[in-house]
Amino acid sequence: MIEFSAVTKRYPGGHEALKAVSLTVADGELLFITGHSGAGKSTLLKLLPVIERATSGSVIVNGQNVSSMRPAAIPYLRRNIGQIFQDQKLLYDRSVFHNVMLPLAVTGVHPRDAGKRARAALDKVGLLPREKANPIALSGGEQQRLAIARAIVNRPAIIIADEPTSNLDIEYANEIIDLFVAFHQVGVTLLIATHDENAVNRAAAKTAIRNVQLKAGELVS
Amino acid sequence: MSAWLRLHSMAFGATLSKLASTPFSTLLNILVIGVALALPAGAYALLVNLQAAARNVSSDPEFSVFLSTEVQKADIADLERRLKGLTGIAQIEFRSREAALAEFRKHPSMGDVIAALDKNPLPDAFVVRVADNNADSLDRLAGTVRGWANVEHVQVDSAWVRRVAAAVGVGRVSVLLLAGLLSFALLAVTFNTIRLQMLTQRDEIEVSKLLGATNGTIKRPFYYYGALLGLLGGGAALAIVFGALLVLNRSVAEFARLYASDFRLAPLPPADQASILAFAAALGLAGAWLSVSRHLREFEPR
Repeated sequence: MIEFSAVTKRYPGGHEALKAVSLTVADGELLFITGHSGAGKSTLLKLLPVIERATSGSVIVNGQNVSSMRPAAIPYLRRNIGQIFQDQKLLYDRSVFHNVMLPLAVTGVHPRDAGKRARAALDKVGLLPREKANPIALSGGEQQRLAIARAIVNRPAIIIADEPTSNLDIEYANEIIDLFVAFHQVGVTLLIATHDENAVNRAAAKTAIRNVQLKAGELVS
Repeated sequence: MSAWLRLHSMAFGATLSKLASTPFSTLLNILVIGVALALPAGAYALLVNLQAAARNVSSDPEFSVFLSTEVQKADIADLERRLKGLTGIAQIEFRSREAALAEFRKHPSMGDVIAALDKNPLPDAFVVRVADNNADSLDRLAGTVRGWANVEHVQVDSAWVRRVAAAVGVGRVSVLLLAGLLSFALLAVTFNTIRLQMLTQRDEIEVSKLLGATNGTIKRPFYYYGALLGLLGGGAALAIVFGALLVLNRSVAEFARLYASDFRLAPLPPADQASILAFAAALGLAGAWLSVSRHLREFEPR
C-alpha cells in the first residue's frame, strides 16, 4: 500500500509543486494521475523512489516512511519500484540486452540467471528479436518498450511511469497502455502520470482503473 | 559465488575493459605516473648501489699504528702483546721499518729519493684489523692505542666510511622528499583522471543510482581503476629504472675497468620492487577514493 499524507513539496526558490496532497493507493491498483504539465504529477511520482523528498507530510510505501529514509537504504527501496522515466534514460553505449541487464548487474544477480530474466522481460515487451541492437536504432515506441522491460526485470510490486505515451503515435501508445493493463492483471500496483486522455480511456475500457487529477499541486478529484 | 564477490569481479572486468577501450589515454596516464615514480625509484636504486659499494670497500676495517723511531725491540714485543690483549682484534701484522724501506726502494720513482737519505726515516708499524666491521668500534680501538707509550701516530680509515654513510643519509632524505612531492603529483593525476572517468560515465552513474545501485557498487569500479592505474604506473617506473640502469651500466663497466674492478649497478632488490608496486597501487587507490568521495554527490539523479 502507498499512502501520501498531507504531502507538500517546495523546491528551492519557493515554488510549491505539491500542496498538502493526501492519497492512498491500494495494492494492485491501476492509478492514472492526470493534469496539465507543471501540475505536480512528476514530483508526486519522484517521491516514491526518493528522487525527491517531501518538504512536509509523509509518504508511506509498504509501511515505511520513505520521505525520512536514510540514504543508505534508498537503493534497496528503488529495486522494488519499477521506474519508467519521462526521458527514458536509456544508455546508448550498450545493446538493448545490456540495458535490461543493468538493474540486475547492479544488484549482483548471477549473469546466467540475469540473462534469462533479461530475455524474459524483453520477450514480454516484444523486443527479444532486437536484443543485440543499440537503443538508438529503435523506434520511439520500441525505446519506450525497452524502458518498460528494464523497469520490470526486477519483478517489482510497484511500477511508476511518467508520461509513458508522450511523443508516441497512437498505435505505439496503445501498445504501451496494453502492457500496463497486462501488468495490472497480474497484480502489480501501477501509478501512471499522463496528460494523454486517450491512454486513460483505453485502459478504462479494458479494466478497472482509478483516475486522480492534480491542478497546480492540489488534488482536485 | 556470493553476490558480493560477483559484484567485485564484475567491477574489475568493467575496469579492465574501460582501460582497454581508451588505450592511448590509458598509456599516457600510465607513463605520467611511471615517470613521476621512476625519479625517486631510480635515485633509490643508485643509493642502494652506493651503499653496497661502500660496504664492500670498508669490508677490511683496519688501522695502522706507527711507532716512534726511538723504539726498542723489547718495546715492540711488549706493544704486540698488548695489542693482542685487546678485545675485538682480528689480525695484527708487524711491518718493520727496514721492510718498509725495502718496499719503497722497489718503487721506480722513489728509489733515488730513498738513496739520497742518510738514515731510514720510516717508522716501525703495526697494521691492526678489527673483527667488527663498524666505524665506531674501529674508532674506539684506535683511540685506546693512540694513548699508549711509544705510539707516534694512529691512522684510521674510518673517516671516509663515515663520510659515505653521511652522504648516503643525505641522499636517503632527498629521495624521501622527492618521493613525497611526486606522490602528491600522482595523487593529483589519479584524482583528475577519475573525475574525468566519472564525467564520461555520468549517464551510467545516474541511471544505476535510479535502478538501485548502492554507492559502494558505483564507487567500486573507480577504486579498481585507480589502483590498477597506480599499479601499471609502478610497473612502468620499474621498467624505466631497469632500462636506465642497463644504459648506465655500459658506462659504469668502462669506468670500473679503469680501476680493475668488475663493479656493476645492481637492479633493485625484489622486495623493494614489490614495495614500489604496492605503494603505487595504494596511491592510485587513495586518489580514486578522494576523487569519488568528493565528486559522487554531484551525480544525484534529478
